[in-house]
Amino acid sequence: MRLGSLVGFVVPALLVVAVAAVGSFVSSANEIYFLTALVDVVIVVGLYVFVGNSGVVSFGHISFVAVGAFGAGLATIPTDVKPNILPDLFPFIRDHSIGNVESLLLAAALGGVFAFLVGLPLMRLSGLAAGIATFAVLGITHNVLLYYTKIGPGAGTMTSIPETTHLTQALVAALIAIAVAWLYQLSPLGRLVRASREDAAVAQAVGVSVHRQRLWAFTLSGAICGFAGGLLVHQLGTITAEGVYLDLTFLTLAMLVVGGAGSLLGAVVGALLVSGLDSFLVNAENGVHVLGVSFDVPSGASLVVLGALMALILVLRPAGLTGGREARLPRLRRERPQEPRPATGGTS
Amino acid sequence: MLQTALNALALGSVYALMAVGIGLVFGVLRLVNFAYGQLIMAGAFSLAVTSEHGWPDWASLLTCFAVVIALSLLMEVAVFRPLRDAPPATMLVATFAIAFLLQAIALMKFGSLGKVATIFPGLFDPVADSGRFATVRWVTIVAIALGVVAVVGLTVLLDRTSVGLHMRAAAADFRTARLLGVNANRVITLAVVLSGVLAAAVSVILVIQTPLVVPSFALRDTIIVLVGVVVGGLDRLWTATLGGFSIGVATSIFTDKLPTDATVYVDSFVFGLVILVLLLRPSGLFAPRSARPVERA
Repeated sequence: MRLGSLVGFVVPALLVVAVAAVGSFVSSANEIYFLTALVDVVIVVGLYVFVGNSGVVSFGHISFVAVGAFGAGLATIPTDVKPNILPDLFPFIRDHSIGNVESLLLAAALGGVFAFLVGLPLMRLSGLAAGIATFAVLGITHNVLLYYTKIGPGAGTMTSIPETTHLTQALVAALIAIAVAWLYQLSPLGRLVRASREDAAVAQAVGVSVHRQRLWAFTLSGAICGFAGGLLVHQLGTITAEGVYLDLTFLTLAMLVVGGAGSLLGAVVGALLVSGLDSFLVNAENGVHVLGVSFDVPSGASLVVLGALMALILVLRPAGLTGGREARLPRLRRERPQEPRPATGGTS
Repeated sequence: MLQTALNALALGSVYALMAVGIGLVFGVLRLVNFAYGQLIMAGAFSLAVTSEHGWPDWASLLTCFAVVIALSLLMEVAVFRPLRDAPPATMLVATFAIAFLLQAIALMKFGSLGKVATIFPGLFDPVADSGRFATVRWVTIVAIALGVVAVVGLTVLLDRTSVGLHMRAAAADFRTARLLGVNANRVITLAVVLSGVLAAAVSVILVIQTPLVVPSFALRDTIIVLVGVVVGGLDRLWTATLGGFSIGVATSIFTDKLPTDATVYVDSFVFGLVILVLLLRPSGLFAPRSARPVERA
C-alpha cells in the first residue's frame, strides 16, 4: 500500500477526531451537535460507499438506517418496560433484550441483509432507473414501520431506548465506517465497481459484472447505514417512522453531494459542514447570538435556507466542494504543466 | 365492479398525465424531475388561496395554470439550464433539492395544516342520484376524459408537427439533433411548458378529489409515478406513460380490493409488485424484448 493512498484515510479520520475533540470541550448542552455530526458522518459514509463508488444515486438508503434504528432500538429497550410501552410486539422481540454493542452489530447485519435482498432485483436495472426504483424500498419500509405494530410503535414514538451513543462511541464508529469505506474502495472489488461507474458499457466489455459489483457495494453500504441507524437511535433515545424518511433522505444526500459524491473526503466534509449548518439554522429559529450579532430567523426557515443553499452549491459546483478528489500529500516537486488527472478524480 | 374499474381508470389517467409530464422533460434533458410533485402542490395552493379570496372558478383555474407554468420555467432557467452538462446524479439531486425547497417554503407560508380549496364543487357530486352510477363522481369521468385528450393531443403534437419531430429527435439523441439544426432552447422550453400544463391539470383534478391542500400534497403520488415510469421504461415517452398508467391502475385496485385491515399497506403492495416486475423484466415492463439495460453515458 502506498503512503499516498493512506492520506485518503488519515485526513477524513483526523477531521472527525478534531470534531470529537472540540465536542469534548464544549458544554454538555452543545455536545449534542457534535454527536449529531458524527452520526451523520457514519450515515453519509455508508451512503457514499454505494453512491460514490458506483455512481448510482440511491434514494432508498434511509430504509437501511430505519431498519437498523428500529432493530437496535427494539433490541435494547429494557424487558421490564418493553411489554408496557409496546404491547403488540411479537413475543420473541418483547421478551428479549441485548446489550449496546450487540445491538449495533445487529443493526449492521439487518441493514446489510435487507440491502442485499432488495439489491438482487434492483441492481439489475440501469443506473438511473435503479436509483429511482430504490424509492420503492423506502416506500415499503416507511409504510410497514408506520402501521405494523408487531415490530414497532406504528405511528407512535418508540421511547425508553438507552442513550448510549456518546462522543467516544460515535467517534470510534465514525472511524470504523471511514476505515471500512477506504479499505473497500482500495480493494479489487472497489476498483471493479469504480470501473463500472466510469463507463458501465466498457466495464461490462472487459468482463466486470456490473450487477454483481453494484450489489456488493449496495450490501456493504446498507450494512454501514444500518449500523448508523443503531447509533442514531441510541443517540436520540426515541425514534419515529417519520424521523427516518424523506427529510433524512434529503439531508444526507445533500451532505454527500455538497461535499462531493466522488470521494470519501467529500462525504466526510459534506456531512460535517451540512450537519453543523443544519444545527445552527434550527437553533437560529429560536434566536441565536453569534459574535454579538443576533439572528432572528422565522420558524421553518432552516429548511428553506438549506434547500436553497444546496441548490446553489450544486449549480455553482456540480462536483461538490471537494470536486470529488481525495486528500493528497502536497507535491514536493513543482507540478509538471500537463499532468494527467488522478484516476480517482471526477464524479461522472 | 364498474366503480372499481372506473376508479382504476381515473387514477391511471391522472398518473399517466404525471408520467407524460415527467417523461417529456426527461426526453429532452435526460433529467428526472423530482420537483414535479411540488409543481402540482404549488398549483393546488394557488387554487386554495384564490378560492379562499372568493375568486370565480375560471380565474382560479387561470391563476393555477399561470403559477405552475411560471414556476416550471423558473426551474428550467435557474437550475436545469446551468446544470445541463452536469453528471446525471447531480441533476437528480438538484431537482430533489428544489422539491425540498418548495415544500419548505409552502410549510413556512401555509403551515402543516394546509388550506381548503373549493373549486368546481359540483364535480365531486355523483353522476346519478340512484342506480349503478350513484357512487361514480363526475371528477372521475373528467379525469379519464382529460387523460385521453392529453395523450391523443400529445401524440398528434409529437407525430404530426415539426416541433414534435424536433422533440422526438432531441429525445433520441440531443447532440446530433442540435447539430442538425434543432433549436435546443426552444424544444426544451416547450417540453418544460407542456409538462407544466400537465402538472396544473393534475393539480386541478387532485384538488377536486381531495380539497385539503397540505405542503406534502401529491408527494406520495409523485413517488409512485416516478417508480411507475421506471417500471414502464424511461427511455421512451409511451412506455413511461404506460408505466404511470399501470401503476395508477394497480394502486387504485389495491385500494379498492384489499381487505379493510390491509388497506393501510397499499403502498407496500404496490411497491412490492414493482420489485416483482423488475425482477422479471429489468429493462422495463413495456420495453421491447431486445432492449438491454445498458447505460448511456
